[in-house]
Amino acid sequence: MSDSHAVAVAEHGAHEHPAHLRHHFVSLEQQDETASFGMWLFLLTEIMFFGGLFTAYLIYRNWYYPAFVSASHTLSITLGAINTLVLITSSFTMAMGVWCAETKKQKGLIWSLIATIVLGFAFLGIKTVEYKEKFEKHHVPGSSFSIQSFVHPVAEDGKAADKALPADTAARTEVYFSLYFAMTGMHAVHMIVGIGLLLMMLVQAIRGAYSHGNIAFVENFGLYWHFVDLVWIFLFPLLYLISRH
Amino acid sequence: MSTILNLPDQATARVPKRNYLTNENGIMSWLLTGDHKRIAILYLISITFFFFIGGALAGLIRLELLTPQSDLMASDTYNKIFTMHGVVMIFLFLVPSVPATLGNFLIPIMIGAKDLAFPKINLLSWYLYLAGGALTLGAMISGGVDTGWTFTTPMSTHFSNTNVITTGLAIFIAGFSSIFTGLNFIVTLHRMRAPGMTWFKMPLFCWAHYAASILMVLGTPVLAITIVLVALERTVGIGVFDPTKGGDPILFQHLFWFYSHPAVYIMILPGMGVISEVISTFSRKRVFGYTAVAFSSVAIAVFGFFVWAHHMFIMGVSNYAVLVFSLLTMLVAVPSAIKIFNWAFTLYKGSITFETPMLYAFGFMGLFTIGGLTGVFLGTAGTDIHLTETYFIVAHFHFVMVGGMLMAFLSGIHFWWPKLTGRMYPEKISQLAAVVTFIGFNFTFFPQFLLGMLGMPRRYAAYPQEFQVLNVFSTAGATILGVGYLLPMIYLVWSLKYGQIAGNNPWQATGLEWQIQSPPLTENFTTIPIVTQDVYDYEWLERQKEHEVTHVG
Amino acid sequence: MSENHAEAHEGEHFHEAHIVSPKVYFVIFMALLVGTALTIGASYVDMGPWNPVIAIAIAVTKATLVVLYFMHIKYSSKLMKLTVGAGVFTFLILVGMCLSDYISRAWGQW
Repeated sequence: MSDSHAVAVAEHGAHEHPAHLRHHFVSLEQQDETASFGMWLFLLTEIMFFGGLFTAYLIYRNWYYPAFVSASHTLSITLGAINTLVLITSSFTMAMGVWCAETKKQKGLIWSLIATIVLGFAFLGIKTVEYKEKFEKHHVPGSSFSIQSFVHPVAEDGKAADKALPADTAARTEVYFSLYFAMTGMHAVHMIVGIGLLLMMLVQAIRGAYSHGNIAFVENFGLYWHFVDLVWIFLFPLLYLISRH
Repeated sequence: MSTILNLPDQATARVPKRNYLTNENGIMSWLLTGDHKRIAILYLISITFFFFIGGALAGLIRLELLTPQSDLMASDTYNKIFTMHGVVMIFLFLVPSVPATLGNFLIPIMIGAKDLAFPKINLLSWYLYLAGGALTLGAMISGGVDTGWTFTTPMSTHFSNTNVITTGLAIFIAGFSSIFTGLNFIVTLHRMRAPGMTWFKMPLFCWAHYAASILMVLGTPVLAITIVLVALERTVGIGVFDPTKGGDPILFQHLFWFYSHPAVYIMILPGMGVISEVISTFSRKRVFGYTAVAFSSVAIAVFGFFVWAHHMFIMGVSNYAVLVFSLLTMLVAVPSAIKIFNWAFTLYKGSITFETPMLYAFGFMGLFTIGGLTGVFLGTAGTDIHLTETYFIVAHFHFVMVGGMLMAFLSGIHFWWPKLTGRMYPEKISQLAAVVTFIGFNFTFFPQFLLGMLGMPRRYAAYPQEFQVLNVFSTAGATILGVGYLLPMIYLVWSLKYGQIAGNNPWQATGLEWQIQSPPLTENFTTIPIVTQDVYDYEWLERQKEHEVTHVG
Repeated sequence: MSENHAEAHEGEHFHEAHIVSPKVYFVIFMALLVGTALTIGASYVDMGPWNPVIAIAIAVTKATLVVLYFMHIKYSSKLMKLTVGAGVFTFLILVGMCLSDYISRAWGQW
């Protein structure tokens, strides 16, 4: 038996084959849809990856609420808010970058990417300042962790001291900080990977790689970057804004 | 004209000169290939390698358990051996076994595509697998791990001074390999189907892989983050699972089993896909209740996420949660039973022949049924309290994983061997191997059910005198089983050169993969097929042949 | 809003590409900023047990805006919408069923 009996032959019509159409796809639309679907499935894995952390957070926040409140109050709302602002803006510039790529505006794309990179670094810079403060106050979980600042709170300039916590409650702040570092740390790792990819993309954009309609990479990276922003949208209220009144 | 042609092309066929194996030469053409068929072969070689490592470790375990005392090795060593056996077999063999080899090879062909959606990611997944495997071997050589493959806290975070982090990293990396395989399959099945290939014309093999891929994509990342947290706890000393700092060790088990229970279905579902194909082909009948079998795969995948806490009934979870999870566990039995019953009805009044793949498939049906039903014992909270952490559980999951999955794997390898290589395996000796495997398997693991009922705990190198008789049975069976696994290894390699030439369609099966040459071309199809016939339509196949006889012959 | 009507391939219908205009992006950007301000403001108001609820509600709204507009899900095929739904669903299963253990552990023990 031969092939042609078993399977009828498909018309291999008079398609123009663009250079970046890979051999196993029929059309560019199929190729682009496939790429973005793949990206979304990857983002599903990211949802579940952070999902484990959010589950842990939810459980311990309910168990150790007073400790979580006190520990959360050691974070600076101002820095957190600025960082939220920075990240949302970077998401906007990235979205604009995607639009520039779609409408083949090379200059616009380059500047959007640069803006996104700068904002990404700004976010990480502010995060570093925050982390540094945690180290100084011995709020980093592990061997250097100390509950002193919760058991014997000291009034800082202008602000009244927080209420002192009993030692056993104060000890539970370590759970909060464990989660704080795990969650923001994982988020920061994603930022770093993202900035790396952005730099790569910037070089490509300057070379004009995205001026011929092959912009699937820009669009799919956009999805990733927005997802990282999305995680922060949840991290900010959950970590910084517990019972601030 | 109603002549039925028996194996029309096998007598005259030659292995086509141009195929995916001969298309390019040189080691780099393999290491940098984007061809899903070549990657499948690479995977096949690597998982076979790890299977024999895992098997050797299993041999050591059985040898130690021959006598009641721990005389072959110290208890510590024994702990490491069974841990490495579990890690290698689960993460490096069972999870990628059918999907990464047969799935990789067949899914694009079955749906009429030229390749998987992301060939480069497919290759990346193999390299990740290798990296994970290499790290596991590294961990094994530099001292091993002794926590059990479950890495239960606080054992893994505080009390074990073995290579937990290296092994954890290995599993993390191998996990991403499995995520990428699953992601590739889902996208391919959604986006790459040939014209006319609707969802309900797809072979059940594809449905099963689709369901398993969903689990890979959604479950594996939870394991990844759990491993990260364990590693952070060991290195930095964060307090997420550490009870002294206020963490909950049971949370670890929740997160771990959220992946590892669905992982059981990641392992078994592709095997079920193989069985559907084999049973249909060798009964010459459509699969009974195609839609039910297709949806039962998806149902198993979905329910798979609702039942994980049945691994934790005695670990201190709430009694009420035990009730809920116990009830939900029973739900999984329904789609599993749907499959078994539908296969039985497919056999009913079929023209059954007993080629090797079919023998393995029968083995699967029997052993998986026993494994599944003993799972109901364990899912019932009351009996679980008596049976959990005994050899009953060991026997249960080996019936499902070895009796079920490994039988399905061997069934599939024999079934598609002609397509993979263009040559037949030797029929008689492989039938013998299938029977030897079945006998050896039952000798090995059935006594373990009894041991478990009598209360012999798992994971100990020594045991009371009265358990020895059954353990000797088990070890003797393991020897037979080992022979059963070595045989295919030998004759399959032999058949690469000396096997009978298979021709396009030695089984007279209906799938698209059988309508192309074996071994296939690199691009699978010279022209993209338009699918008009139903799946498993043997009458269509007969008509095709009549057509050929009338017009050609 | 400019639209790019790509030719759909015969046999399989592929979703046409849709270019979201900068205007939409800007409006969403502003909405996200307002949302951030709202969530900070709300955290300073004592609403008892409603504080976390409000915070989560605002975060979910913001996330939905990002997914729908920045990530183009509003203009994507049903398959993409379903994919996002599946992710959210599985996440809720993970959280919900874990919590079913934690909330009921102490039942009947006081």
